[in-house]
Amino acid sequence: MFGNLSDRLAETFKALRGKGRLSAADIDGTLREIRKALLEADVALEVVKNFISAIRERALGDEVSASLNPAQQIVQIVNEELIQILGGEARKLRYGKVSPTVIMLAGLQGSGKTTLAGKLAKWLKTEGENPLLVAADLQRPNAVDQLKVLGQKVSVEVYSPEVGSGVGDPVKVAKDSIAHARSKGNTVVIVDTAGRLGVDQEMMNQAKKIRDAIKPDETLFVIDAMLGQDAVNVAKAFEDGVGISAVVLTKLDGDARGGAALSVASVTGKPIIFSSTGESLDAFEPFYPDRMASRILDMGDILTLIEQAQKQFDEQSALEMAEKLANENFTLEDFLEQMQQLRKMGSLKSMLAMMPGAGQMRQQLDNIDEKEIDRTEAIIRSMTPVERTNPKVLNGSRRTRIARGSGMSVTDVNSLVNRFEQAAKMMKTVAKGGTPQIPGMPSGIGGVVPRKKAKDSKKKSGSKSGNPAKRAAQEQARASGSGSKESGAGSAFGISN
Amino acid sequence: MSNIFFWRKKREEEKTEANQRDAASDSQDLVATELPKRNSRAGIRSLFSRIKFDLESLEQLEEILIQADFGVDSAESIVLEVKKIAKSQGAQSEAELKTILAGVIREKLATGTRELNLTSGKLPYVILVVGVNGVGKTTTIGKLATWLTQGNWKVVLGAADTFRAAAVDQLATWADRAGVKLVGPSSEGQDPASVAFEAVEYGVQSEADVVIIDTAGRLQNKTDLMDELSKIRRVIEKQAEIAEVLLVLDATTGQNGLVQARAFAEAISVTGIALTKLDGSAKGGIVVAIQNELAIPIKLVGVGEGVDDFAFFDPEEFANGLVA
Repeated sequence: MFGNLSDRLAETFKALRGKGRLSAADIDGTLREIRKALLEADVALEVVKNFISAIRERALGDEVSASLNPAQQIVQIVNEELIQILGGEARKLRYGKVSPTVIMLAGLQGSGKTTLAGKLAKWLKTEGENPLLVAADLQRPNAVDQLKVLGQKVSVEVYSPEVGSGVGDPVKVAKDSIAHARSKGNTVVIVDTAGRLGVDQEMMNQAKKIRDAIKPDETLFVIDAMLGQDAVNVAKAFEDGVGISAVVLTKLDGDARGGAALSVASVTGKPIIFSSTGESLDAFEPFYPDRMASRILDMGDILTLIEQAQKQFDEQSALEMAEKLANENFTLEDFLEQMQQLRKMGSLKSMLAMMPGAGQMRQQLDNIDEKEIDRTEAIIRSMTPVERTNPKVLNGSRRTRIARGSGMSVTDVNSLVNRFEQAAKMMKTVAKGGTPQIPGMPSGIGGVVPRKKAKDSKKKSGSKSGNPAKRAAQEQARASGSGSKESGAGSAFGISN
Repeated sequence: MSNIFFWRKKREEEKTEANQRDAASDSQDLVATELPKRNSRAGIRSLFSRIKFDLESLEQLEEILIQADFGVDSAESIVLEVKKIAKSQGAQSEAELKTILAGVIREKLATGTRELNLTSGKLPYVILVVGVNGVGKTTTIGKLATWLTQGNWKVVLGAADTFRAAAVDQLATWADRAGVKLVGPSSEGQDPASVAFEAVEYGVQSEADVVIIDTAGRLQNKTDLMDELSKIRRVIEKQAEIAEVLLVLDATTGQNGLVQARAFAEAISVTGIALTKLDGSAKGGIVVAIQNELAIPIKLVGVGEGVDDFAFFDPEEFANGLVA
C-alpha cells in the first residue's frame, strides 16, 4: 500500500536528508520523485509541470548550493511553492457591504454542496450571523428535503418554496430568497444549487442566471478531494461559466491525496477558504494554505492542533494534571479524565491526523475505533475508587468482577491495565525530561504521539509555549523544560485497535 | 451479449404461453427474458480532441493517458505496449496507431463477465450497491430499477442508507418513477442491516425477481463503516444469495479510485463496477488500473441524470470512443 502525498515526499526527502551537498543529479532525481508523487496525488499534469520547473529553477540557484543544509532548503522551497499555489495567505469569508451577504454554492454532482450548506450555516451561527438556507437544487430528487433536514438539525431556516425533484425554477427561488432574507432579517443567504457538469452548457447557463439574479458576494466552488485530472477542466468551466470567488474542499477525511486542491487553486488562482472533514455537521474548518502545505510535507498541522486544544482543554484541570505528572502519581482516574478531555476536543482521529508524522500512521489512525474509548471508560467506571488510584490491588477476582460490571472480558481488563501501566511509565519518563522508550506498543498510537510531541517541545525549548496547558506543564515539570502536558495527554491514546 | 438470457419468474399471463426455451424453466417456473438493450457509446469523449497522434507524438501519449486518470504506472505500461506492437507491425499512420492503442486498452478492460448476474435462477436476485459519498449510488439504482421494470421484472428497492438526510426520500422518488416497491426504515436512524434484511424478506415473500439494496456512502478508510457492510452482507445471506455487489465509482475520481476499489473489494467482495458521470469531461481512466490489479469487471456506465442515461459497459466501444 502506498501512503499519501505527505508520505511520498517524506520518503523522497529521507534519502536527501543525509546529504551535505546536492548534485544536479540529486536534484533531478528528487524532482522526478516529486513529479510522480504529485501525479499520483491527482495534481493535474500542467500544474505539476509548472510546479516542477519552478522548484528546479530555485533548487539550482544559489540559495540551495550556498546553504548549509541543501536538503532542508529544497524542502523549504517545495513548501513555499505549495503555499504559493494553495493561495498564499489564508483568506477569510468575504461578507457583503450590505446585509444580507449572499453566498452561492456551485459544483459537480456529488461534490457535497448540500451537506456543506448545512455545515456552513452552522458555522456562520457560531460566528454570530443569522443565516438563511435556500433550496435552489430543484434537479436532484429530494435535494430540497435533504436541505430541510439539515436546516432543522442546525436550527436554521430553509427557504424552499418549490418541492424540487425536477419541479420549479431555481432562478426564481434564488432571486426571491434575497427579498425573503431581507424581510426576515437574515444576515447571510446560502444558496444551494444543483450539481452540474462543466460540459453541460444548458446547466451552466442556468447557474449564470442564478448568479445574475442574486449577485453573490461569494461564489464558492465546491470540489471533492478525490477529484482526478479532470479538476482543471471542471475548474476552468466553472470559472468561465459562473465565475468563482473561492474554493471549498470536501471529503478531506478520506484518504485521497487531494491533489485536486492544488490543481484548482493553481488554474483558477482562487483561494481555498474552507475544508470539510467528516460527516458530522461540525466537521468544517477554515482552510489554511500554509498549514495544508506543511501537512502535505508531513510537517504536521501543529497550529490547528494547538488552537483546538486551547479551546477545549480547561486550564484548571490541565494544571492539576501537570502536577500529577510531576509528582508521578498518575492514576486510572486521571487516565479517564484525560480521555474525557480529549473527547471534548472532537474526533480523536481528526486530532491525531494533524500530528506531525501522522502520515506514516494513517493506516493505524483509520483503525482506531472511537467506541474503544467508551469501552475503556466502562471498564474504569466499574472499578472502585481504591482500584482506580492504586491499580496494583487488581487481583484475579477483582478483574473478573470489573469485567462482569463493564460487560467486557477479563482479557480486555488485563489489556487496559497493561496499557495504563505503560502509559504511566512513559509519562514519568517524559515528566523527568527524558525521551520515552516505547517497548513494542501494539497500537503504535500511544508510542508515536508522545514521541513526536517530544520533538516539538524540544524545538521550542527555552521559550514559553503559547499553549496554556503546555506552559503549565513546562512550569510544573521544572526538570529540563521539555516535559509537556501534551506529552502526557498523548499517552492516553494507549488504545488498542 | 446477444445470446444472454436472464431468468426471471413467469408472470401469470405468461404461464399459459407454451414457449419455454429450456426444460429448467418448467420446473423452476422461470422464463428467459431479454432485457432492453443499451448503447454505451454516448458520453465517451476522445483523448485526442486537440492532439494529432503520430509516431512522434507517441512520446506525448503517456501524458495524455495521465491526464485521463490512467495513472503513471498504467500510462507507462500502455505506452510501452503500443510502441512494441507498432514496431513489430511497422505501424506509422495515425489510424494504425489508434487501432493499436484501442486494442491495448480494450485488452486491459476485457477481463471477467460483464453481464449482470441475473441468470442463476435463484430468485430473488439481490444486488447490493456500495460506494463512497456522492458517486451516484441512488441514481444508479433508480435507473437500474426502471430498466428492469421495462423488461417486466418485479423489483423491490431497499433503502438502507439511513444516514444521509433525505436519502430514503431520494430513493423513494426513484421507486415512484419506476413504479416499484420501496422498503425503507420504519424509524429514523434504523440500523441499515435491518432495513436490508426487511427488504430482502419482503422480496422473498412477495416473490420479487430482484431486490436492490442502497447503502450509505462511506469513505473507504472508515473501518467501522466498512465493517457495517459485512454485517449487511451477512444478514442478507440469511435469506438469499447476493447476486451482485456493485461498486459505484465516479468517473471524475482520480487515483483514489483504485484505493476505493481495493478497500471495498476486501470488505465485501465486489462483483462489478458501475462507472458514473461519464457524460462529463472526465475519462475514468482509473478503471484500467482497477481491472489490472483487482480484475473486477466494469458492468454499467452512467451517462446522465435521466432515467434512461445508463448502459452496459463495452470495452470495445469504450476503447474506440477514447481513441476516436
